[in-house]
Amino acid sequence: MELYRSHVLVCGGTGCHSSGSADIIEHFNRDLKKYGIEKEVKVVQTGCFGLCEVGPVVIVYPEGAFYSRVKDEDVTEIVSEHLVKGRIVKHLLYHDSLDASQEIKSLDEVPFYQKQERVALRNCGVINPENIDEYIAFDGYKALGKVLTEMTPEEVIETIKASGLRGRGGAGFPTGLKWEFTYKAKGDKKFVACNADEGDPGAFMDRSILEGDPHAVIEAMTIAGYTVGADQGYIYVRAEYPIAVQRLTIAIAQAREYGLLGKNILGTDFSFDLELRLGAGAFVCGEETALMASVEGFRGEPRPRPPFPAVKGLFGKPTLLNNVETYANIPQIIINGPEWLQSIGTEKSKGTKVFALGGKINNTGLVEVPMGTTLREIIYEIGGGIPNGKQFKAAQTGGPSGGCIPAQHLDTPIDYDSLAAIGSMMGSGGLIVMDEDNCMVDIARFFLEFTVDESCGKCPPCRIGTKRMLELLNKIAEGKGEEGDIEKLVELGEGIKTASLCGLGQSAPNPVLSTIRYFREEYEEHIKDKKCRAGVCQALLQYTIIEDKCRSCGLCAKACPVNAISGQRKQPYVIDQATCIKCGACMEKCPFDAIVKR
Amino acid sequence: MKTLKELEEIRQRTLESVNLRKDRTGTRVVVGMATCGIAAGARPVLMAFVEEIRNRKLQHVTVTQTGCIGVCRLEPMVEVYLPGEEKVTYVKMTPEKVKRVVAEHLVNGQVVREFTIGAEEKVE
Repeated sequence: MELYRSHVLVCGGTGCHSSGSADIIEHFNRDLKKYGIEKEVKVVQTGCFGLCEVGPVVIVYPEGAFYSRVKDEDVTEIVSEHLVKGRIVKHLLYHDSLDASQEIKSLDEVPFYQKQERVALRNCGVINPENIDEYIAFDGYKALGKVLTEMTPEEVIETIKASGLRGRGGAGFPTGLKWEFTYKAKGDKKFVACNADEGDPGAFMDRSILEGDPHAVIEAMTIAGYTVGADQGYIYVRAEYPIAVQRLTIAIAQAREYGLLGKNILGTDFSFDLELRLGAGAFVCGEETALMASVEGFRGEPRPRPPFPAVKGLFGKPTLLNNVETYANIPQIIINGPEWLQSIGTEKSKGTKVFALGGKINNTGLVEVPMGTTLREIIYEIGGGIPNGKQFKAAQTGGPSGGCIPAQHLDTPIDYDSLAAIGSMMGSGGLIVMDEDNCMVDIARFFLEFTVDESCGKCPPCRIGTKRMLELLNKIAEGKGEEGDIEKLVELGEGIKTASLCGLGQSAPNPVLSTIRYFREEYEEHIKDKKCRAGVCQALLQYTIIEDKCRSCGLCAKACPVNAISGQRKQPYVIDQATCIKCGACMEKCPFDAIVKR
Repeated sequence: MKTLKELEEIRQRTLESVNLRKDRTGTRVVVGMATCGIAAGARPVLMAFVEEIRNRKLQHVTVTQTGCIGVCRLEPMVEVYLPGEEKVTYVKMTPEKVKRVVAEHLVNGQVVREFTIGAEEKVE
């Protein structure tokens, strides 16, 4: 095996990939050859480092130098200075990775990573996901070996139960119980399935795990197969995740080659194999019964439960279905023991949770924190706060199924139960931060538009109810809201929650209900005063020119696409409100800040 | 088909090569790799360290490079930082000298005095 003095780790997650990391890898290899040090320095493509905001990210070991926003021309400098001459190129480093005396901090001391605890993401950004040996080097497939040679299925179930692990897909059902139900279910054939149909807008933790550490999921599913008595597994992954699909395909092939999938795994009499099923991107297919229908080749529609999948799942057989992140926890629980997971987190929620930070936040990216971390810690310490000194307004968790958390709950420790208590939910872990420029009515409308689009249409409460709610919201946003609309929204919402067939409908009203709960005054302003305080709802806005500030330069009139602005020299210009389409072009052009929107 | 034993072998073997991505505690060997160092032959010295450390399976030693250490006439220079001890600076290094430094200093904790900057300067 070749030995290298330096490893250059380049993030190959979707985020960095789209900002050009593939070209960077090629450039590194080219330049290393040019200097003749390609046998001393190895370039490795890894999974997501988490700091997508400053991508593409490159880390050079053994120094641990963290280069951010690496451009093509920067590669030349990093190779000639750092890799050839050993001089770290400080001006290209991530700004938070240097301490006061300009020395490099180790990665765990960088504020973004300091409060994180990486369990599900532990290999992301460390190993090359397309190389099974690197996964094995960091204790990969050790858990499988232990389970197959030392443990009975009952012992595995007891371990998972004792660890307190709960489903990371959102609902938080105890994983050990699910395994036990499937184990105890009677059937000549059983299946194991993985839900990788991540559909929440803004959530990408499952994708990142599959891209950065696909073998963790494969190993966990094999353990699950042994435990519940299945010899076949399915991973249901969105076709919109091409990199994840490609790495999974490679990983499955490598596992088969090593005999870690297939017949007589590790020389035992246990056999198990995996297949991928690509989803077409319907949000409802993240619901377990719809997902299984889709795997079987039917239209992705949910059906009533019970029977639960553990009794009657894929092809009518008992099926164990877990989410990607849940599986990623399993091998480490087996290796480290249930007490280890018990030691992390809160009383009822054990372990860590991955969140995808998005919206109005400085460090957009992927973070993994122990349960019980507060929103304030996530947003201000890890996330680096709100850009441009704006005020925090709310955080949205759980995507279209979750709710908004206002500023007064910033110090709530995050776990399954505390989030439910304040009207939101864990969901798969999307966390969208909103500031004073976000209108809560508009946010509710955005999520509802999403669920109206994604409703499969099987049950009327969801199909018709969400549509009616959206119509009410549109009315309010257009300034046509009436007294009593808020009450109607609440009544409809409660009805939809009780009457809908599946989780999609049962949670669809949440974004509306939680914004009404915490930001009712904004709804009332829209309805009574016809005002949108954030300046988002166009129908309620007016662009006007402040007479004192206008210098009659005419730039606004030139910029206006509908000729709504008129005026002449030495006289303030005027906007004709009837013609104005509220595009904002004039406001951008005005050099004197004489145009305001209100 | 791999057995558990074979998996363990793959683990050991690969760990050697990926180990340097772990945190930087333990012993550090720093090789001066500015133009002066490279011209004097720092590159083979660096690779000799990497290889020797691999052969002896020293898990907690990292080999890094740095810029000009300052005394260009004594290059290739190497600094060794053992946890809790003062740094030791070796000068005019060669791949042959590296073997002794690894064996005596990194493994047994005995500084190879004759290669250090102190010894070199006394002779002149």
